[in-house]
Parts: sequence; structure tokens; C-alpha cells
Amino acid sequence: MSGATLERGMNAFREQMNAPVASFFSSCVNCGMCAEACLFYTETGDPKYTPINKLEPFRRVWEQEYTLFGKIKSMLGLTQPVTDELLAEWEELIYDGCTLCGRCSMVCPVGNDISYMIRRAREGFVAAGYAPDGIKNASRRAVTIGSPMGVKYPALQAQIKHVEADTGLQIPVDVEGVDYMALLSSMEIMNFPEYMEALARIFKQAGVSWTISSEAFEATNSGIQIGSSDIARELVSRVVNAAEKLKVKYVISPECGHAYTAIRWEGPNLIGRPYNFKVVHILELLDELRATGRIKTEGKEEDRMTFHDPCQIVRKGGVLESPRNLLNMVASNFVEMQDHREMNWCCGGGGGVSAIERAEELRLKVFKRKTSQLDDLNVETLVTACANCRLVMEEGLEEYKLEIPVVGLTEMIAEHLVEDKE
Amino acid sequence: MSTPTDFLLWVRGPGFDIALVIFVIGVIIRLLEVLVLGRKADLAEARGTEMGPGIRTLFTRTLPESGSMKRSPFTVAGGYIWHIGFLVCLFLFVPHIELFNSTIGIKWPGLPSNLIDAVSAVTLVTLLAMLFSRLNHPVKRFLSGPEDYLTWLVTFLPMLTGYLAFHRMINPYPLVLGLHILSVEVLLVVFPFTKLMHAFTFVFARWYNGAMAGRRGVQS
Repeated sequence: MSGATLERGMNAFREQMNAPVASFFSSCVNCGMCAEACLFYTETGDPKYTPINKLEPFRRVWEQEYTLFGKIKSMLGLTQPVTDELLAEWEELIYDGCTLCGRCSMVCPVGNDISYMIRRAREGFVAAGYAPDGIKNASRRAVTIGSPMGVKYPALQAQIKHVEADTGLQIPVDVEGVDYMALLSSMEIMNFPEYMEALARIFKQAGVSWTISSEAFEATNSGIQIGSSDIARELVSRVVNAAEKLKVKYVISPECGHAYTAIRWEGPNLIGRPYNFKVVHILELLDELRATGRIKTEGKEEDRMTFHDPCQIVRKGGVLESPRNLLNMVASNFVEMQDHREMNWCCGGGGGVSAIERAEELRLKVFKRKTSQLDDLNVETLVTACANCRLVMEEGLEEYKLEIPVVGLTEMIAEHLVEDKE
Repeated sequence: MSTPTDFLLWVRGPGFDIALVIFVIGVIIRLLEVLVLGRKADLAEARGTEMGPGIRTLFTRTLPESGSMKRSPFTVAGGYIWHIGFLVCLFLFVPHIELFNSTIGIKWPGLPSNLIDAVSAVTLVTLLAMLFSRLNHPVKRFLSGPEDYLTWLVTFLPMLTGYLAFHRMINPYPLVLGLHILSVEVLLVVFPFTKLMHAFTFVFARWYNGAMAGRRGVQS
């Protein structure tokens, strides 16, 4: 982030140009339908939040440098260049006003994958020095300390001790040659240690051999959110190195949306090679343990409950069935929101938005979309599988004075787990 | 080009050839501009395939997602009506089919001209309504620039002049027919340099969208 200049930004935009991006820009006819798929537009009514509009600087680079007619227009002075002022003005739209949820990409009639372009366009913004302080600081902490929230290993160690005392189970750390290496998000370590406890109990019961690495326990990746491949690569490399050092067969992505995108989908492309291990999302693993009979549950939640699909895990991650299979195992009154699975509405805090302090008011405003979804259902419990969604929704529900507890799905499975008594 | 007949002869002859050459070369350049950029191989282990979901999205995006139908009914319905109307008039009006037959040697059955007349009237009204919507809908008005209005105009004019020519509302007939052909030539010339190109590039866009989602196990 040091030495960021417009020139670097322009070069980053150029590096991000490819055939999909060019075909998307070539195809947009400004029909405006993406606006109606975006909670930042539907909840504010401000057309500046129309998804395709957030890409105007990147579109200009495409038009002026990658089309013949655009080049001619530029030579004749008929186009408006990308300037520092433009990027400064658009910074709020592309960061505060977009969670990379990808809902717009599902509705565009010409098929534009708009969120794919936003992710790429952020590379240009951050290289030019236009990224919000909140995500910049989180990225800095992630690179220097190892966690966007500044959580160091001693803090994890303390939580491990608590969990071990509560459960009487040992949390394996730095064990070589086991099958699975579990990652955690800082939020899970600090706010939701129930997750780690759930893992310990479920894995013990299912006979899963696993470990946590003291060198790379952090799953979140601020580089993905700010749009810096350099930072993202550094953070992914730490996980890859630790996993390869411990010779594990699998790395488990936790209940965190963008962590899954980072380690599962972007990681190999960032480091430039496939992994020597596989990445599974915790819900995929639990679903597999369920299907193979390695875990059994007893009793069912009788509350009327629904599931909030984390965008990066479901719509952009492809983990669609596992949460349903798991919920049906432990809930007798599970109902779907009207828009669910790959059409679910974002919590409003993904893609780094929850790390941007100045975006708080906007984030709480657009949370109205989630409350409208919940109003239709009249549920007593909201289940999800992303610590960030969970925290954002807890804050949002409090703001709108809705008393609906938000629960992590992994913990819910652990609560109903049938455990052998020793 | 002193008489309407001279004008008609020019637009049917050299004018049309020039427009067609610009259109064909322009479209080829534009498609190459997109495709030569390529994309890097995705190194992440795939959950699903690309080709099938890509092709599926190419077709399924023709139908609106249910939420869009509810939230943008006018854009969706208007979009269908005028696109279909335009294509029906272009490809199913008998004199047009004869023109295709004389240039490329392929013919197909057309529709009765009174039906084409009705379709073109509906299409013209819909295009006017779409323009009205673009000028008034907060999002469309906000997004729209000169190119959006230019592309609307060059699409509207062939429909309008075709309608006028069919009903002989401008005299002499060679003049109005000449204007109709000229308006088509303007459309052909403007086409490759504007967002009218979506008529070709949407195939790539939808495919890439469907393929990239399909790889992750999602049907987009």
C-alpha cells in the first residue's frame, strides 16, 4: 500500500483485464436490472449503487485501451480519463457499497458476472491508494501480526486452554501427519470459541485426526477483500506452507465466507500452483461424516428456524446442499427464506464492508433487507455458517430491535451430537 | 443523386456494400478484441464442469430470474416485446426474406404482411415506451449516456422508416424506401462501435458467467 500511485493503479487495472471482463463490458446495455438485485440500491434507492456503475473507472480503462473505437475516441479527446479524483469518488461505491455478494451476477440478462469484475477492479483501486482505512489497517495487521483483528497465537492458546478445561478434550496443535488441519477466523477465536469446542467434540466422536497449526491458524484473508493479490498471496502462502509442513491431507475452511473463497478458490491461482492437499469447508466435512454415519445426533430443535446462506460459501462457493442436510438432521421446524440458496440476500457486511468503520451507517441501513426477509418468516432462530455474517446480523438485529438469536450450524450439530461415554 | 430514384439506387448499391463491409469487419475486430485477451487457467480444483453449465446459462438467462420479473417487470416485458418484434420484422417480412435470398441464397417462409404490420406497430410503441422509461426511471436515467440514446435511435429509425414505407406515408415511394435502407445502413455502421455489440458478445458473457459458476458447483 506504500508507494501507491495512479500509474500503479492503471497497471493493476490492465493486469486484471481479460476476455471475460471485456465480454461483460461489451455486453452491458445499461438496462439497470442489476440495481434491483443489490441490497445497497434496494435499501437506499440511490442509483449510484447500481452494481455496474461501481465499475465505471475499470470500464473506462477497458474502453479506452482495449477497444479500437475507444482508442480513436481517446485520441480525439472524446473520452474522460481515469483520474485520482475519479478513483477517490468511486472508492466509497466499490468498497463501502459492495459486499462482493455476487447476487447481481445471477440476474444480469446478458450474463455479466459483475462481482467478478468488482473483485478485479479493487486491485486497481488499492494499487492507486484508494481503499478505506478500515480494510487497509486490517490488511496491515494481517500481514504483520498474522490476523486482521490482531489476534496472536498466545490469545488462541488461552482460548484452547479454556476449551480444553470445558470439554476435557485435548485440542491438537502442530501434530504432523494427521488428516485434517483446521483453520479458524479471528472472530471465532475471540467471539465464538464455541466453534472450536464443537470441532473438538465432533472430531473426537467421528475419529477424525486433526490439528491446528500454531503458525497458520488464521483463515481470513484481508488481501481478498481489499483486492490486493500480493497481500492475499502472502496470507494464503502461510496456510499452504503450514499444511505442507504438517503433511496433512485436508485443510478445513471454517465458518467464514471469504476465507473459503480465499483458500478454496483463489489460493492456488495466487500461489501459481495446485495444492498438495484438498480444501474442504467444515459444512462439507460434517455432511460427509453424517452421510457415512460417523456422526449421529439425537433430539431436534423445535424452534422455527431459518438458514442465512453466506454468499461466499453458497452462491460463490457451491456448498448448497450440506447446510440443508445438516439442518434437517437437527431441526424439526426449518423453513427457507423466500430468496435462498444461490439467490439469498447478503447480510450487508461481507467483502470487507464490516471492517470499514465509516460504512457502519450504510451497512445497518441495508440490513433492512434481511429484516424484511425475516419478517416474512416469523422465525425464532437464525442459523448461519459464517462468523462475519453472524456478527453483522447480531448487530443488525439489535439495531432493528429484533430478538432473534443467531447460531452457528457447526455448534448446533455439536449440541445434538451423540457422544460415547468413556 | 439528383432524384429519389438515384438515391434509392445508391443506398441499395454502393451504400449498402460500404455499410455491410464496415459492419462485418467491425464485428470481427470487436470479437477478436475480446477473445485475444484470453484468461488464465484456473488452478483451483474444480467442483463442477465449465462447458455444460456455461451452455446452460447461455440459454437460461433468456428467462428472467423470478425476483427481477417482480422488481423490473417493465424492463423485462418491454425488452422481450421489442427484441422479438424487431427480429420478427427483420427475418419474417417477405420482402426481407427475398433480399436475404438474393444475397445469401437462403430462404424461409415469412408471415402475412398485415401481421408484420401489427408487430411493427407494437414494436414501435414499445421502443418509445422504453425510451420514456430510460428518461424517467431513476436507475436507467442515471446510467444512460449519449451512446445509450444513439443506440436507441439507430434501432428505432429502421423500424419507423420501414413502417412509413410499408404504408407509403412519405412520397415518392423510392424516397421512403431509400430512407429505410439508409437507416439500416446507419444501424450497421454504428453497430460494431457501440453496445449494440451485445447482440454478439452476450454469448461469451453468459457462457463465461455460467462456466465460472459451474466450476464451483453453482448453476448461475
